[in-house]
Amino acid sequence: MVEVANEPRPTDASAADSLKGRTIPPEIWPLTALALVLIFNALFTPGFFRIEVRDGHFFGSLIDVLNRGTPVILLALGMTLVIATGGVDLSVGAVMAISGTVAAAVIAHPPYSVLSRLNLGSGLATVIAVGLAVALLAGIWNGALVGLLDIQPIVATLILMVAGRGIAQLLSDGQIITFDHAGFAFLGSGFLFGVPFPVTVVLLMFGLTTLLTRGTALGLFLEAVGNNPRASLCAGVNTRWVKLLAYVFCSGCAGVAGLIVTADIQAADANNAGLYLELDAILAVVIGGTALTGGRFSLPGSVIAAILIQSLTTTILMRGVSPTFTLVVKAAVIVAVCLLQSTKFRRILRWRR
Amino acid sequence: MSAPDHPAPRPLLRIRGLSKRFPGVRALDSVDFTLRRGEIHALMGENGAGKSTLIKVLTGVYEADSGSIELDGQSIHARSPQAAQRHGISTVYQEVNLIPTLSIAENIFLGRQPRTWRGVDWKAIRHRAEAALARLNLRLDVRQPLGAVSIAIQQMVAIARALDISAKALVLDEPTSSLDKQEVQRLFDVMRRLKGEGLGILFVTHFLDQVYEVSDTITVLRNGKLVGEFAAGELPRLELIGKMIGRELASTEIRNAAPGNTREATTDPFLVAKQLRRQGSIEAFDLEIRRGEAVGVAGLLGSGRTEMARLLFGLDRANGGEVQVGGRAVSLHSPRQAIALGIGFCPEDRKVEGIIPDLSVRENIILVLQAKRGWWRPLSRKRQAAIADEYIQALRIATSDAEKPIRFLSGGNQQKAILARWLATLPQLLILDEPTRGVDVGAKFEIARLMERLVQEGMALIFISSELEEVVRVSHRAVVLRDRQKIAELSGDAVTEERILNTIAAPSYG
Repeated sequence: MVEVANEPRPTDASAADSLKGRTIPPEIWPLTALALVLIFNALFTPGFFRIEVRDGHFFGSLIDVLNRGTPVILLALGMTLVIATGGVDLSVGAVMAISGTVAAAVIAHPPYSVLSRLNLGSGLATVIAVGLAVALLAGIWNGALVGLLDIQPIVATLILMVAGRGIAQLLSDGQIITFDHAGFAFLGSGFLFGVPFPVTVVLLMFGLTTLLTRGTALGLFLEAVGNNPRASLCAGVNTRWVKLLAYVFCSGCAGVAGLIVTADIQAADANNAGLYLELDAILAVVIGGTALTGGRFSLPGSVIAAILIQSLTTTILMRGVSPTFTLVVKAAVIVAVCLLQSTKFRRILRWRR
Repeated sequence: MSAPDHPAPRPLLRIRGLSKRFPGVRALDSVDFTLRRGEIHALMGENGAGKSTLIKVLTGVYEADSGSIELDGQSIHARSPQAAQRHGISTVYQEVNLIPTLSIAENIFLGRQPRTWRGVDWKAIRHRAEAALARLNLRLDVRQPLGAVSIAIQQMVAIARALDISAKALVLDEPTSSLDKQEVQRLFDVMRRLKGEGLGILFVTHFLDQVYEVSDTITVLRNGKLVGEFAAGELPRLELIGKMIGRELASTEIRNAAPGNTREATTDPFLVAKQLRRQGSIEAFDLEIRRGEAVGVAGLLGSGRTEMARLLFGLDRANGGEVQVGGRAVSLHSPRQAIALGIGFCPEDRKVEGIIPDLSVRENIILVLQAKRGWWRPLSRKRQAAIADEYIQALRIATSDAEKPIRFLSGGNQQKAILARWLATLPQLLILDEPTRGVDVGAKFEIARLMERLVQEGMALIFISSELEEVVRVSHRAVVLRDRQKIAELSGDAVTEERILNTIAAPSYG
């Protein structure tokens, strides 16, 4: 029987890629861009690759890139799972602020904070557990709105993006909570085996996320739900639960990032902690080769892209360029990577030749 | 009411030799069509017959490759729906294309509001809107928002808008799909009234009873070709159906498979549905199916075939009735649950509900099996590859390897991969909705053979197809649906194309 309406029409991507029969690995583009930035630095930025050992700790620009990039890398890990489902989480920056504020309040007991009425003690485990717990709670809220109530992800997470920072300000009464806690500070500024401890945390979280998604069938389900939610439902995938889990995990990552940032400066600033970082995280995921429409995702791609973003910032700072240029230069590089990723743009390039 | 009063009134709309090709498909092949003044003309045909293409060419959505369209003796060439409307051809679609938050009056005059020197003339809009609706015998408060009234009234408003723009010919595309019985009658009253005013109405519907109730003339299309134009009073239902699906009634009957008729007595049913129903989707029906039994579901497009399957798979929730699986009462509320009970379902729309386009053939094949196991018990990559390769070979899925994204496969091979996805779970009951659509002849045959074998091995099968020949060949019993009702169940030797056709064509009982 002839079926006009269902006549297969090749999509943009398939038309371009089917010639080769296999898609290009998505990590290629951010990796290429990162390599270019590093080569540029090797040639023009003296001392970029120098690594010194001081007091048994490694120091240098490369280490600095990794260390400073920690929050965005962590956010990008969680964001990758959310974007794979076809969603987005705008609230991660606010969740960082909440978890940091809560942790700081648990340690410092400032008289103006409502949290001081609870007496939980200030053991390291308690501080971390409470900080992460509120982050996971935020994730359950997001996941319930998106997964169970089918609210559009942008709208659903916008709620907490705006309200979350407000909650953090309420908890801190609008003040910056400073504290002194050697154990907790180690989380942000300590060294393990000569490497900054946050870098170790990133490695652990990367391993955990990879294990969670690729060591189980969760990765397959995330990709299936993002690529074709109706078909996934028909195939018996618990689409609601998969979405919920992605948001909870994403908020968990934001919680870890919030704790690290707070521990690093030994203060919780509800107004500025993680401000606009959700945008960097989304950018990292997209540059890393995960489409905003959902489906196939790449954790290494997201991490590479997050490092790329940070190395751009560091490069600009090290070259003595006015920091006001940072955003413009970042934008230019990102536009270039996005264009390279676009199959349509690549086709135009080929066609011109 | 029957054939037009005048023997040969001057035609309002004359289409001659209209052809339209899409890549790989001849959607319209030199089709003629004539619409007269004061005539309700039904356009009939199964899926892919070319009805919607004809309407879209007529209303300027598509451009024809060749052929002519004359309105009132003047050749017209509409390049857009707006242009067609200026010529006097208006279309009202099944889904109302108006704006629910605006008032009824505003909707009728949207984009062409009468003005005074001070701006929009609201008073004139209101009066003219009331007049336009009065022509349809409707008296409403035209200031209320469109969204506040029922779909039926919204459709009337759409018709009123079309008429006010000055329509000579009115195209109604599936206008009754979302209406209840009373609303349909109301629409028909309006149609008859307009017919009396000399309008030509082109009416597209899947409901046979409605065609005979309201239309004067019937034009049948099949596979993009004109089958013929008939006076409604002179074309028996059976013949109409025969013409739509292209089966001569005199043709030799194909005997059904039916080697396992005796199973009925020997085994307990696997699934029993009692008075299962869903409002607006399918009327209450009973169904029993045993292991090793194939039940065909026959009926024209829109008869409720798919709706029945969706209820049994938990994709839609029933409003009433009960389902027992393996003797135990269950309430089916999700596909997951149906799968856990051993039910599988190949949906009709492979692209929307079947394939996960960017995932590999391997991942598409193991998806249901993995979903059944749960995310924390992953199948090893080796197991996955073994399962995928096994089915790629067994079903002869043409792909270079199992890692290719499934969207690169042809329709038939995608369909086989979706079948493999279900077979890998060893289902007790498999529901196939149009499994052979868009599939080449060879693959069709292979799928049918495979199903026969699985049924012999003890699987229960519900087979939905618009190709009666297939239904008859595969099934031990056949359920016949019409207008969203189960109207009969045939078994054994009664499962023949002729009997099914006769059943569909029989006039409805009250």
